[in-house]
Amino acid sequence: MASRKSSTKTRGDNDKYSVLLPTYNERENLPLIVWLLVKYFSESGYNFEIIVIDDGSPDGTLEVAEQLQKIYGEDRILLRPRAKKLGLGTAYIHGMKHATGNFIFIMDADLSHHPKFIPEFIEKQREGEFDLVSGTRYSGNGGVYGWDLRRKLISRGANFITQVLLRPGASDLTGSFRLYKKEVLERLVEQCVSKGYVFQMEMIVRARQLGYSIGEVPISFVDRVYGESKLGGNEIVSFLKGLLTLFATT
Amino acid sequence: MRQRTLSWLSSRVTGASNKDSTDFHFLVVLRSIMTKLLQWLLGVSVVGLAWGLLTFDLLDLQLPHAYREVVWPMPVYFLVVFGCYSLATVGFRVATFNDCEEAAKELQAQIQEAKLDLQKKGLKF
Ligand SMILES: Nc1nc2c(ncn2[C@@H]2O[C@H](COP(=O)(O)OP(=O)(O)OP(=O)(O)O)[C@@H](O)[C@H]2O)c(=O)[nH]1
Ligand SMILES: [Mg+2]
Repeated sequence: MASRKSSTKTRGDNDKYSVLLPTYNERENLPLIVWLLVKYFSESGYNFEIIVIDDGSPDGTLEVAEQLQKIYGEDRILLRPRAKKLGLGTAYIHGMKHATGNFIFIMDADLSHHPKFIPEFIEKQREGEFDLVSGTRYSGNGGVYGWDLRRKLISRGANFITQVLLRPGASDLTGSFRLYKKEVLERLVEQCVSKGYVFQMEMIVRARQLGYSIGEVPISFVDRVYGESKLGGNEIVSFLKGLLTLFATT
Repeated sequence: MRQRTLSWLSSRVTGASNKDSTDFHFLVVLRSIMTKLLQWLLGVSVVGLAWGLLTFDLLDLQLPHAYREVVWPMPVYFLVVFGCYSLATVGFRVATFNDCEEAAKELQAQIQEAKLDLQKKGLKF
């Protein structure tokens, strides 16, 4: 692959960005996020593709995705569905196998991650030749919308403890809006063992450990408008477990 | 044997990093082979050892008494200061956590725009 080789020395015009969109019951959100992605990629002129990884959503997300594919073309929207819900971590691995870009965006499909930041991620990456660029809610103009005091406190507290214990060199570990060089993501995915929620945290901690350079872009995180949260539940418990695991193993 | 260990270490350190060789440094090596847990244990034991040596004057340095008076409650001071620092930092960050009202409004407007446009393009929601 020629594009693979050129990715270390960025030659602007050869770059292609593959966006991985894992979906589970995102029928309402998917058309909107795709529309926004197309809008911002077209405006900024970067080459892109969107890979939708739907895990057999009962609400018919895949059917909407097929309609979108007809509208925007098969070279822009790729469908890589799986028969049943196999989790977020493996969804990325599955999607990545089919990515033809030399850069990969990972983001949620629930509109919490706004595509307007995509040009900023790309500029940031090029500016510092970063191996990965991570969106951050915790620094600069980053922020959140729709969080009450309790959630802010838990989030800030958890982040502080993580910073003290792991010194990860990145301000937002649990956020999942990121841009990776493809070969970096492949290497990281090989190394990461945790599943689900802790996966994002492990990815960036291992990236640091392996000596990859990390850039950051402040993002605004707007709580999902449509649909239900799939994670949640025992988030604090799984966070602590993940943190301690990483503390002992990285 | 030593040779091998060293080259294993350096490959482990430089393997993935494409930074310049100035990064090859004792601390960097330590960081890459020790887990965070071990780093913490090492740090705590070094500081604890220093504290013990000074407080109980194990090296027979015959330090003035005033020195030891200052040194022995240090761990408690440190914990209190660190606790205050933590509370202050987290409190400050919660208070100054940006509320992105603008972003939410912009998104709402764009959602309406997107729905109209997609309908025009023939999408059935
Ligand atoms: N393919 C696939 N996608 C998933 C799975 N679980 C979650 N997702 C998607 O992953 C993204 C993040 O999941 P969310 O449910 O939004 O998790 P969250 O952001 O922590 O929680 P919210 O508070 O609801 O935003 C969304 O786009 C989901 O549709 C899964 O098992 N398989
Ligand atoms: Mg979400």
